[in-house]
Amino acid sequence: MAEPFLSIQHVRKSFGATTVVEDFNLDVEPGEFVSFLGPSGCGKTTVLRMVAGFEEPSAGKIVVSGKDITRLKPNQRNVGMVFQAYALFPNLTVAQNIGFGLKVAGMPKAAIDARVAEMLEIIKLPQMADRYPYQLSGGQQQRIALARAIAPKPKLLLLDEPLSALDAKVRVSLREEIRSIQKKLGITTIFVTHDQEEALSISDRIAVMYGGKAEQVGTPFEIYNRPATKFVANFVGTLNVLEGKVTDPASGKVRINTQEVSLKGKLNGSKSGDTLSLALRPEAISLGRQPGHDTSLSGEIAEVHFLGSVIRVRVGIGGNTVSLDTFNNSATPPPAVGEKADISFSSGDMLVLH
Amino acid sequence: MKTGRFWAWLVFILGAVYFFIPLIATVEFSMRMRRGAYSFDAYQIVLGDERFQATFMYSVLAAIFTIILGVLVVVPAAYWIRLRLPQLRPIVEFITLLPLVIPAIVIVFGYIRMYGSNSPLPFLASNTGANALLVIGYATLALPYMYRAVDTGLRTIDVRTLTEAAQILGAGWGTIITRVILPNVLIAVLSGAFLTFAIVIGEFTMASLLNRPAFGPYLQNIGANRAYEPAALAIIAFAITWGCMSLIQILSRFAPKSANRPN
Amino acid sequence: MTDLSLSDQAIAGKTAPPSEARALRLPTQWLGVAPFFIFAIMFLILPTFYLMLGAFQNDAGEFTLENIAALAQPSIVAAYWISIKVSLASALIGAFAGLAIAVAIVRGGLPDWIRSATLTFSGVASNFAGVPLAFAFLATLGRIGLATMILNTLFGFNIYAHGFNILSFWGLTLTYVYFQIPLMVVIIVPAIDGLKKEWGEAAATLGATQAQFWRMVVIPVIWPSFLGTVILLFANAFGAIATAYALTGSSLNIVPILLYAQIRGDVLHNAHLGYALAFGMIVITGLANVFYIWFRTRSERWLK
Repeated sequence: MAEPFLSIQHVRKSFGATTVVEDFNLDVEPGEFVSFLGPSGCGKTTVLRMVAGFEEPSAGKIVVSGKDITRLKPNQRNVGMVFQAYALFPNLTVAQNIGFGLKVAGMPKAAIDARVAEMLEIIKLPQMADRYPYQLSGGQQQRIALARAIAPKPKLLLLDEPLSALDAKVRVSLREEIRSIQKKLGITTIFVTHDQEEALSISDRIAVMYGGKAEQVGTPFEIYNRPATKFVANFVGTLNVLEGKVTDPASGKVRINTQEVSLKGKLNGSKSGDTLSLALRPEAISLGRQPGHDTSLSGEIAEVHFLGSVIRVRVGIGGNTVSLDTFNNSATPPPAVGEKADISFSSGDMLVLH
Repeated sequence: MKTGRFWAWLVFILGAVYFFIPLIATVEFSMRMRRGAYSFDAYQIVLGDERFQATFMYSVLAAIFTIILGVLVVVPAAYWIRLRLPQLRPIVEFITLLPLVIPAIVIVFGYIRMYGSNSPLPFLASNTGANALLVIGYATLALPYMYRAVDTGLRTIDVRTLTEAAQILGAGWGTIITRVILPNVLIAVLSGAFLTFAIVIGEFTMASLLNRPAFGPYLQNIGANRAYEPAALAIIAFAITWGCMSLIQILSRFAPKSANRPN
Repeated sequence: MTDLSLSDQAIAGKTAPPSEARALRLPTQWLGVAPFFIFAIMFLILPTFYLMLGAFQNDAGEFTLENIAALAQPSIVAAYWISIKVSLASALIGAFAGLAIAVAIVRGGLPDWIRSATLTFSGVASNFAGVPLAFAFLATLGRIGLATMILNTLFGFNIYAHGFNILSFWGLTLTYVYFQIPLMVVIIVPAIDGLKKEWGEAAATLGATQAQFWRMVVIPVIWPSFLGTVILLFANAFGAIATAYALTGSSLNIVPILLYAQIRGDVLHNAHLGYALAFGMIVITGLANVFYIWFRTRSERWLK
C-alpha cells in the first residue's frame, strides 16, 4: 500500500472531563471519498474540526502528505470546508464568495475571474455570478459554498453535514453532484453525516463512529453486509434482530423460539444454552419458501404496510418479529393479518452480533 | 486568542470604570450633607418634601395615562396591520420612527402653537386640556418603543394563524381579542409600558414647556437651588429606571416562546 | 401551532376575498388603524408641519425666506455649530466605545455573566438621561465632585486649572456619552450576534487571516447597523435638552436651549424666527437620516 495521503493517528479529544474522541485512527488514500457516519455526539464532527484546525487534539497527530499539520492554524492548512448552514458571506456576490480564497491569497484579478467562471461552470450556475446569497435557494447556496471551498485547489475537502439543511429531493441530487465533482477533480474528501443512506451511496469508504471511536471502517458493501458490531448493524440499514439459544456450538445450531436453524460456520466461544443476537436484513428474507433459501421459519403475519412499489410485512415468530419487504404484484393481493406464513432465507445471511 | 481576551478585559474594565465612577461619586455626594459624617439626610429631606411627593405622583399618573393611551393607539393598529393590512407596515413603521428624528422640544413647540388658547382646539385653555396634551406628547415620545414592543410580541405568536384558528373554532371578535390576542401580547405590552414609564417619569422638556407640575421640572428646580439633594434624587431616579428595566427582564422570562416563525 | 403555520399560505390564499367584497369592506378594514393615523396626524405630523410652514411666513402670513435668512446671525449659527459638535462627538465616541464593548462581551471570550450584566446595565443606563444624569456628573466632575477632588488631592491634578469645565463642550460631551455608549451596546449587540461563527471558520479554511476576515466580511456586514445607530445617537443628542439645561443652565448655548428660551420668553423677539429655529433642527436630523437611507440603498444591495 502506498503512503496514505491523510493519516489521523491516535487522536484524542477531551473538553474538560468529557472525552469526545478516543484513539481515532484512519488513513485516507489520495482522491478517496471517506464518510464519517454516526449519531449526533459520536465525535465525527470533532474529528473533522481537528483536521480543519478548529480544535486542537488532546493527543495524537494528523499528517497530510507526510507533513505533520497537527499544530498548524486553519488558514495555513489549505483545506476546503463546506458547512451545514452554507456560511456564505452575505455581503459578497456569488462570484466574490467563490473568489474569496483566491483574493486573500493575492491572486491577480484576471486569474480570479477565470477560476471563478470555471467553478461556476462546474457547479452549473454560470448565470448566478452577480447574485447575493439571500437571492439563492438552499441547494444553490450550498453549491456555491462547495465551489468556494474548492476554488483555491485545496489538498483536502471537508464536508460537515452539507446536505442536512436541504429538502429531500435537493439532497439526493446535490449528493450525486458532489460525488461527480469530487471524482472529476480527484480531490481527497471527508464527508460527515448522520444519514446512512447518504454515506452508503456516496463513499469509497465509511467510518462508522460511536462514542468517540470508529466502530468499523470499510467500503459501503462491507459495512452493510458484514457489520462488525451490533451498533454498526443497527445503525446502518434496517435490521431484524432475533434472539436464539445455542443448542450445538460445533455445528452452528441455534434454536429460535421452538424452531432450530443451522448457521454457517461454528459458534466459537459459545456454549450450549447461551443466548445469541442474530441479525437478518429485511431484503434477505422471502415470504414463503424460495429456491436457493436453505432455511425457513414459520410464524404468523402481524402487520402489513402497503408502501407502493414495496409491501412491508411483519411476521411474528414466537417472541420475535421479523420485517421483510416483498415487491408489489398486481396479480397477488398482500397477505392478511393473522394468516399463517413461512419465511425463508439463506443461512449465510444470518449474522451473529457481538 | 489570548491577546484577544486581554483586549476584551481591558475594554470591559475601562467601560466599567467610566460607568461606575459617576454612580459611586453621586452616592458619595448624596451622603455628604451632614458635615464630617456620611448620612442619609439628603434622602430624608427629599423624600419628606411635599413637592417631591406631589410632583412624583403627578408624573406617575401621567405615565399611567400615557401607557393607556399608547396601548389604545398602538395595539389595534399593530394587530390589524399584521392581520389584514400588511401593505401599510412600511408607512406605520416610518411614522413610529419619526419621534426619534423630530426632537421632543420641536413637537411640544408645535403643540403650543397649534393647540393654544385661541386655536380651534384649545387644549391649553384649561388645566385638564394641558394635562391631556402632556399625556398625548408623552405617548408620542413613547410611540417608537411601544410599537416595537407590541409588534415583536405579535410576531412571536403569529397572530394571523391564531386568529384564524379561533375563527374556525367559532370565536367572535370580542372573544378573539380578549381571550386569544391580549393574553398572548400582554407581556409585550407590559414591557412597552415599563419602558414608557422609565422614559416619562423624569421627562423635563414637555412638562416644563406646558407648565405642568411634573417630576422633571421639580428635579430641575432642585438642581438649580440645592447642593446635595440633587445627588440623592439622581440615585432615586437611577433606582426607578433600574426597577423598570428589571421588571421588563423578569417579564421577558414569561413571554410566550416563539412557537413558529416562518423565518 | 406548527401544523397550522404550515397551512398558513394555503389559508391566506383561500381567504383572500374577491375584489368586490374587499371594496365593500374597506371602511371596516380601516377602522383598526384609524386611531393610530388620527393620533399620528394630529399630534405628530400636523404640529411639525405647522412649524415648518411658520418658518416660511411673516407675521402677516405671507411667504418669506427672511426667517431662514435670519438664522445666519452669528449667535444662532454658533448655537447650531456647538450643537452639531456635541452631538457628533458624543455620537462618534459613544458609537466606537459602544462597539468595542459589544465586541468584547460577545466575541472576547469573557465569562457569560459579564455579557448579561453589561446588557442589563446598558438597558438601564441608556434610559438614564435627562436631569438626573446631569446631577450625577455634577457630583462627579463638578468643582467639588468626587473625581475632581480625588484627582486634585491624590494626584495634585486640578482639572479645572487645566481648562476643564463640566459646563463646556467636553463636559457636555462626556456626560452625553454616558447614555450614548449603552444605547450603542443595546442596538449593536444583536448585529454582532448575527455574525455567524461559521463565517470566520469558512474564511480561515480559505486561507484568510483574522484581519482579512474583519476587513472583507465583518466590517461590511456590521457597517449599516453601525452607521444607522450613529445617526440615531446623533439625533438623540441633538434634540436633548434636559441634561444640558440642568448641567449648564443657559451658559452653554446649544440650539435646544436657545429654542427653549425662545418658546418661554421670545428671546429672539421674532416668533417666526423660533419656527425657523425648529425647522433647522428638523432639517439637520432629517438630513442625517436621508444620508443614511441613501447610503443604505446605494451600497447595501445584499441587504434583504
